[in-house]
Amino acid sequence: MSFLISLDDVAQGNRRSFLSKSGLLLSGAAVALLAGEDALAAKGAKEGEEDIRILNTALGAELEAIAAYQVGAESGLLKKPVLDLAVTFQGHHKEHADILAKTIAKLGGKAVTAKEKYTFPTEKLKSQEDVLRFAAGLEKGAVSAYLGAVPLFGNRDLAKAAASILGDEAMHWAVLRNALGEAPVPAAFMS
Amino acid sequence: MKNLAAALAFALAGGAALAAPPASVGDPKAGQAVYERCLACHALEYDRTGPRHCGLFGRRAGSVPGFAYSDAMKRSRIVWDEKTLNMFMANPLKTVPGTSMGYAGIPDKAERKALIAYLKQAGRSPACR
Repeated sequence: MSFLISLDDVAQGNRRSFLSKSGLLLSGAAVALLAGEDALAAKGAKEGEEDIRILNTALGAELEAIAAYQVGAESGLLKKPVLDLAVTFQGHHKEHADILAKTIAKLGGKAVTAKEKYTFPTEKLKSQEDVLRFAAGLEKGAVSAYLGAVPLFGNRDLAKAAASILGDEAMHWAVLRNALGEAPVPAAFMS
Repeated sequence: MKNLAAALAFALAGGAALAAPPASVGDPKAGQAVYERCLACHALEYDRTGPRHCGLFGRRAGSVPGFAYSDAMKRSRIVWDEKTLNMFMANPLKTVPGTSMGYAGIPDKAERKALIAYLKQAGRSPACR
């Protein structure tokens, strides 16, 4: 099979060659974009296909998170102040999605858009606690997803931006756990 | 103080990596904890940013109807089993360059084995029937 590569190769990786091919030309461009300096960012727009794929995957997950919080907010199960919390967190995900989409576009990619319909386990959401636990699971997964994406970016500025989002997701997770009456930060490390 | 120094030395020597929950080899329960890392994008029963995991074993990669796979995954000719999952999860982008799964992978062999054990068990659960 064509994909079969020895695990030694996998362990060694080809990150160095990847870095030399892709991200370095964009160094500084993404940060410029994230800071609003669009013209400067556009200069490096033809490189970094891998970075664009990673950003698009993150964008897809952010768009789904927005939809998930919408389901939670409209469920009638969330009471204030938890409802306000959910709406605030949804707003953060909207900001993440917005900046990711703009960055993808500036790097020359085509940003994914929200699906017409998302599937959520609504039949299992019967109480505020259920919704909080579902949201906490998504947020924890988001932390892990960004943690797994950060080291992959050829452009270190994109890695930095993704790490910034990771920090926000981790705060969401901790606050949701706290709202559930659980230890907000259960361990010293995330994986 | 000596204990603190020893702990710091341990951390600097790689304790951060070792601090991940110890996974029993092939233990589905440990694998379920590892699976929580996947929950931003995957679910067992339905497609999300990533495809569903029910029916994974024996399935050809890129073949869930209606899911928008990368061309790389569709062309990979992978059939998912313990061996191919182990390889892919060790380093997805190295194993299938061009995959949409922008995730560095799970470097710990025991964690991969536990995750595979969980996925196998979950695949036989009522949720996947």
